[in-house]
Amino acid sequence: MAVETAEAPASRPIENAVIQTRALTKVFAGSIRAVDGLDLSVSEGEIFGLLGPNGAGKTTTVGMLTTRVLPTSGDALVAGMNVVENPNAAKQLIGVVSQSNTLDRSLSVWDNLYFHGRYFGMSAPDARGRASELLERFRLSDRAAAEIDALSGGMAQRVMLARSIVHRPRILFLDEPTAGLDPQSRLALWDVLSELHSAGQTILLTTHYMEEAEQLCHRVAIMDHGKLLALDSPTRLKESVGADTEVRVAADGDLEKLADCLRSFEGATHTAVVDESVRVYLRGSAGVLPRVVDHAEGAGFTVKDLSLSEPTLESVFINLTGRDLRE
Amino acid sequence: MSVSTRLAEIRPARSASIDAFWGMLLRDLTVLRRSMGAFVVRTIAQPLMFVFVFTYVFPKIGQGVGGQGAGATAFSSLLVPGVVAIACVFQGIQAVALPLVQEFGYTREIEDRVMAPLPVWGVAIEKITSGALQGALASVVVFPLATFIPATPVRLDINWLELLTFLPLATAVGAALGLAIGTRAEPRQVPLVFSIIVIPVTFLGATYYPWAQLDPIPWLKWAVLLNPLVYMSEGFRTALTPQFPHMPVAAIYLGMAGFLVFLGWLGIAGFKKRVLS
Ligand SMILES: Nc1ncnc2c1ncn2[C@@H]1O[C@H](COP(=O)(O)OP(=O)(O)OP(=O)(O)O)[C@@H](O)[C@H]1O
Ligand SMILES: [Mg+2]
Repeated sequence: MAVETAEAPASRPIENAVIQTRALTKVFAGSIRAVDGLDLSVSEGEIFGLLGPNGAGKTTTVGMLTTRVLPTSGDALVAGMNVVENPNAAKQLIGVVSQSNTLDRSLSVWDNLYFHGRYFGMSAPDARGRASELLERFRLSDRAAAEIDALSGGMAQRVMLARSIVHRPRILFLDEPTAGLDPQSRLALWDVLSELHSAGQTILLTTHYMEEAEQLCHRVAIMDHGKLLALDSPTRLKESVGADTEVRVAADGDLEKLADCLRSFEGATHTAVVDESVRVYLRGSAGVLPRVVDHAEGAGFTVKDLSLSEPTLESVFINLTGRDLRE
Repeated sequence: MSVSTRLAEIRPARSASIDAFWGMLLRDLTVLRRSMGAFVVRTIAQPLMFVFVFTYVFPKIGQGVGGQGAGATAFSSLLVPGVVAIACVFQGIQAVALPLVQEFGYTREIEDRVMAPLPVWGVAIEKITSGALQGALASVVVFPLATFIPATPVRLDINWLELLTFLPLATAVGAALGLAIGTRAEPRQVPLVFSIIVIPVTFLGATYYPWAQLDPIPWLKWAVLLNPLVYMSEGFRTALTPQFPHMPVAAIYLGMAGFLVFLGWLGIAGFKKRVLS
């Protein structure tokens, strides 16, 4: 299952990239290669996604780009500057939302924004104005005086986002911005991100939700074990699967045998066994389901469950690794 | 509404760092101002009880250290510098170590300050500075307690030059100790820190007796030189109550400066280790 996207777009650097990594590598104590020779470039105004399962190296990549993790080798650049050589300038240009709630518990919501502005050299009146403006814009004004521990997860995430842009960063790094949020809060956060993007904000976000990557990102880098597996727009990535339909078949018995059997199904391009089911990739979806059942049962399998969808970014990941994103 | 039109300009690292430093100091002082009640309570509880029992209750009931009359006067005067020195160490723990344990804990609250445009060691120095300011404030709160509560008169003979140089040094040493502890202790180890560090340091810190009078126990006399509080107590002792025997002034300056450098280095290294990987 070779995928062509793996080389071409990844190694082609973008001119005027605002974020760039060159053979970026981090080896943690022992020998964990958390990030392994990563080459990425992100252009101004883009929403760029790093998609990968737990432990893929997303947070470590963001950590290196935001000066908190020192690369073992390779370069991390923002706005053309090496962040290891120019941490101060780099910090002035970026905003960061971490994976967990890092709001200052000793301060109110409003104070969190105000003092963030002060850390970045804003005058008191500027920081005051900016804090109130952003709370208004993120529909948090009624929580201005609230304590951090009194916020819901979704609100805390919005406050973190508001705080990260107080100093008007050119580049925003969001590490799993919607992890642990309920669907409604997730949608609310997506709205805010879209709004920021239409105002011209460059955003790099990490996620292990394929929907998030598909919905929000112009381009997605799929990572696993610290390595870049593929990089392209969600549409092109899905095209790379080479099928327009994915059928999931859950059945009793030896799934590998079932997968072999379904490979000969008419229109099938390939199959994979993932997560207790067989995925069959095919061209053309009309009337496929009953025929799949016939085909499987003809070979002596009992089908327990069946579903059909278009290929997703998860299909791409399965194609590349043989595993799904949750494993 | 636009994000892009007024993006941050890159400012010189130096002025960005200075602004970030002041911003953080302002943050700490704001938090302090809002919790002034708690600050006063946590600052005076221990010395108040101590001074009350040893210099008011004991002389009144005719028992205890120094006995009555001249001895009691001596003891209540002797206590003043010790109580002020302990206040500096307690502030280091309470204003620096305990908040840091939380900020480095699972909330990682320190992160926003680490991402501000100043070197990581700058954030650590800010913590020492703010701890030292709180230590100075604590000394000012504790001083009148130790002076006016005792039943017998306290005799002070203030050397201002020494006082005004020892005070910033001692408060900075206390804050640096707090930084060194706060960057290394895990939340669940806090009770242990009190039993293993805070209690021995305060009891063996030449606080309730002059260091020079340890002569009968030579091993202890030399062993406690590893305790930074000894130099702080002795410093305040020569500055406030020079009638008691004390260490040579030069040795006190040297001891405090040495511990400031050592604990500061330990704390900054620990701080870096916690935020950078
Ligand atoms: N400070 C560290 N010390 C040692 N190993 C680390 C450290 N940080 C991360 N790792 C290891 O590096 C690998 C990549 O971790 P990373 O946090 O970057 O993954 P991730 O893609 O962000 O995962 P998740 O989706 O769980 O957040 C993992 O194997 C992790 O255990
Ligand atoms: Mg992560």
